Amino acid sequence: MIKDHVMKRAGPWLRVVAGSASFALPTILGIVILNFLFLQLLPGDAVDVLAMRSGSATVESISALRVQTGLDQPLSGQLAAYLSRLAHFDLGVSTQYHLPVADIIAARLPDTLLLVGGALGLAVVLGLLLGSVMASLAGRWIDRMLSGLLMLIYSTPGFWIGLMMILLFSVKLGLFPSAGSATIGTRLSGLAALYDKAAHLIMPMTALSLFYTAVYARLVRATMIDVLRQDFILAARAKGLHPVTLIRRHAIRNALIPVVTVAGIHLGNLLGGAVVVETVFGWPGMGRLAFDALLSRDFPVLLGVLLLSSILVVAVNALADVLLGWLDPRILTE
Amino acid sequence: MAFGTNISRRRFVVGLSAAALPIGLSAGRAGEQGSIPDGEPRRGGTMTFLLPYEPPFLLSLFNPASLVLSAKMTEGLLEFDRSMTPRGQLATDWTVSPDGLTYRFALRRGVRWHDGRDFTSADVAFSLRTLKKVHPRGRLTFANLAEIATPNDHSVVLRLTRPTPFLLPALSAEESPIVPYHVYRDGDPLANPNALSPIGTGPFKFGEWSRGNYVILERNPDYWDPPRPYLDRIVARVISDPQQRSVAFETGTADVGYRTPVPLRDVERLRQLPTLEFETAGYTYSPPNITCIEFNLDNPHLGRIEIRQAIAHMIDRDKIAEVVYFGQAVACPSPIVPELAAFHDSSPSPYPFDPDAAAKLLDDAGYPRNRDGMRFSLTLDYPADETFHHLAAFLRVMLGRAGIWVKTRGQDIGSQARRVYTDRAFDMQLASLSNLFDPAIGVQRLFWSKNYVKGVPFSNATHYGNPLVDKLLEDQAVETDPARRVAQWREIQRIILHEVPDLNLVMPRWYTIANRRLKGHSDTADGLEGNLAHAYLVEK
Repeated sequence: MIKDHVMKRAGPWLRVVAGSASFALPTILGIVILNFLFLQLLPGDAVDVLAMRSGSATVESISALRVQTGLDQPLSGQLAAYLSRLAHFDLGVSTQYHLPVADIIAARLPDTLLLVGGALGLAVVLGLLLGSVMASLAGRWIDRMLSGLLMLIYSTPGFWIGLMMILLFSVKLGLFPSAGSATIGTRLSGLAALYDKAAHLIMPMTALSLFYTAVYARLVRATMIDVLRQDFILAARAKGLHPVTLIRRHAIRNALIPVVTVAGIHLGNLLGGAVVVETVFGWPGMGRLAFDALLSRDFPVLLGVLLLSSILVVAVNALADVLLGWLDPRILTE
Repeated sequence: MAFGTNISRRRFVVGLSAAALPIGLSAGRAGEQGSIPDGEPRRGGTMTFLLPYEPPFLLSLFNPASLVLSAKMTEGLLEFDRSMTPRGQLATDWTVSPDGLTYRFALRRGVRWHDGRDFTSADVAFSLRTLKKVHPRGRLTFANLAEIATPNDHSVVLRLTRPTPFLLPALSAEESPIVPYHVYRDGDPLANPNALSPIGTGPFKFGEWSRGNYVILERNPDYWDPPRPYLDRIVARVISDPQQRSVAFETGTADVGYRTPVPLRDVERLRQLPTLEFETAGYTYSPPNITCIEFNLDNPHLGRIEIRQAIAHMIDRDKIAEVVYFGQAVACPSPIVPELAAFHDSSPSPYPFDPDAAAKLLDDAGYPRNRDGMRFSLTLDYPADETFHHLAAFLRVMLGRAGIWVKTRGQDIGSQARRVYTDRAFDMQLASLSNLFDPAIGVQRLFWSKNYVKGVPFSNATHYGNPLVDKLLEDQAVETDPARRVAQWREIQRIILHEVPDLNLVMPRWYTIANRRLKGHSDTADGLEGNLAHAYLVEK
């Protein structure tokens, strides 16, 4: 009884967070074990890859490597060792980079969050803008034109758009650097560093966001057309509100609900899945890290990235729940 | 010092004239030497070195895949000019006894490690001992090394139980790096962090390593060979996307990359750019790989020589070079590539492209065509990159014409290693194999019956064994007369060409692509894998 009381007083949002947390831990543990087991299905291990890349190998060098990486142990022992390290907040050591996995991921995380967060933010803002314009001019030529354009963007692969952007803006016009996340070897600070980062970020961020922009614009358009037909909008319009005010004050919150739901799911995908855009633009993010780790059979790194992604997905979904509750309080009371 | 103000003015003039030159130079073609007046090397600047993949370590003490940057920081006893004539690096003088069993080295004096300690013979002794223990090729190179004596701080004497004719060429920086004993004194050399941030005697010091991104090397101001190195800094940048590498050369982001680091279809286009130079020198030490089909001789079809001969008759190497490699490859039926000129046998395959002869061999072997026109089927495994993908498709069509149904399987290298070398669940594999600096290192391993070891990549994958070849391989490994050794290798090639345990196809041409502002990068046998002490930029 008391507990209920506390929960009620603490507010419904805390309930959402507490709810997420209670299932987060078992979910994440399950994900770790499943990931570990699934990776074993891949043919070849880190030592096979290291030996192939060396161009030379002997029985002795190979067995020394297996001992060094712990791959000479039976599978159950490897899993137990991994879980026990994990319980001590130790993600292990990369077989490819020979550094603690936590350090490697920490070095990649800022650039990853910048790219993914930037792309998703851009997609949401542009999606809302375009969707609102299309909804309020539904059926007119602007709406049709934008719909066609978005369909084109939606169906064009991101890497192709990326390559074309590089050809135009880097090779032909020389406006932006074609690869990397910062100018290497310079000790920039302040405004110069910010400018340098922005110049590197703009193309990959745009290439990554275009697909999602198209998705969100269409979502917003559909929801908003629906909302604009409702009685309270009619009342607001009768009150004499300017169409822009109408959308900004009354329609946009409703239209955001599906976007927030979908964006929460997308962020999870993007963290480890921006690999194509990261590769095309040489952006040192987590997607490429995961991909390289997969090719190298660097399972500690791969498991670390997957673990972090699963934690972030759980966290972001909790955040999305909270956001949805703020957008539409009715969701919390249900 | 020779670095007065007068000279820097002269250098400035050189820089200017070089900057004004490109228009007149656009006609310069690949491999041409001296097309730009080199003038006097100029100090300063940052060179960006494009890497298609990242080395696992920055030192090739126990991991040969790490050799691309190793020699810039960590040196060897010798280096080699373009014709493989040795020059002193950390050694100043050396003699080999006539029986090939005693090697004496006088070491360079006044050399300091990057941490300020003196370089001595104890470092050399420790390094060679360690290489013999932990380097996959060092085990073979130094197998006969019985004793390393250090009479004083500046001389080393090696005593061998049997001659090793490929020992001297193995003493380069990239193959046998000399590491500081004081850093390694205790513990497991494989776990020593020196492999990640090496302390060496080389012209460049370790600076910074952002994993999966770039490595920065800084000029060593105390290098023993002043005024070298000329460059202030080397930025080695990892760009894993092949298309992005072409762009990096086009935009000038990259100054240099080696082993044709761009898609083959881009080569001719990039060659037209006036800013770029295509260099073929610098591959004497690590010659271009041989691309081949390795047959699994345990397969009942492929175990029969007439089947392999029939397959060989279906191979048109010139066509492969032209179609699959966009003309950037040389036909090579021998397991030893033309670049290894002393050993390469240029005689053609005894089985020229001849579909009729192939059909007759297969008919006679008792493999009639079935209703679909096929006789039997084989798998072909290959590492899934673009060129191999095209090559596999090409071979599938060619062998299909002879009635051999080929199922192609592209995969990543981890999968292929396991499938071929451990599980042996393959019929044919496409491989790109390095001869290295001597066939005893790069070629013997493929055909020696005692090197059939499961689970070890680049071992005898075909399971080939011929007592005569075994004997020749074992004899050449201890032969002190160079002429007789070459004759032994000629004989080995003749037998391999005849018995086709593997089918050698082409040697891809390796180009170093460099911005014309970069000079002096390919003057040694190991080119970009060398220490780059002589490289300089004509403009910053």
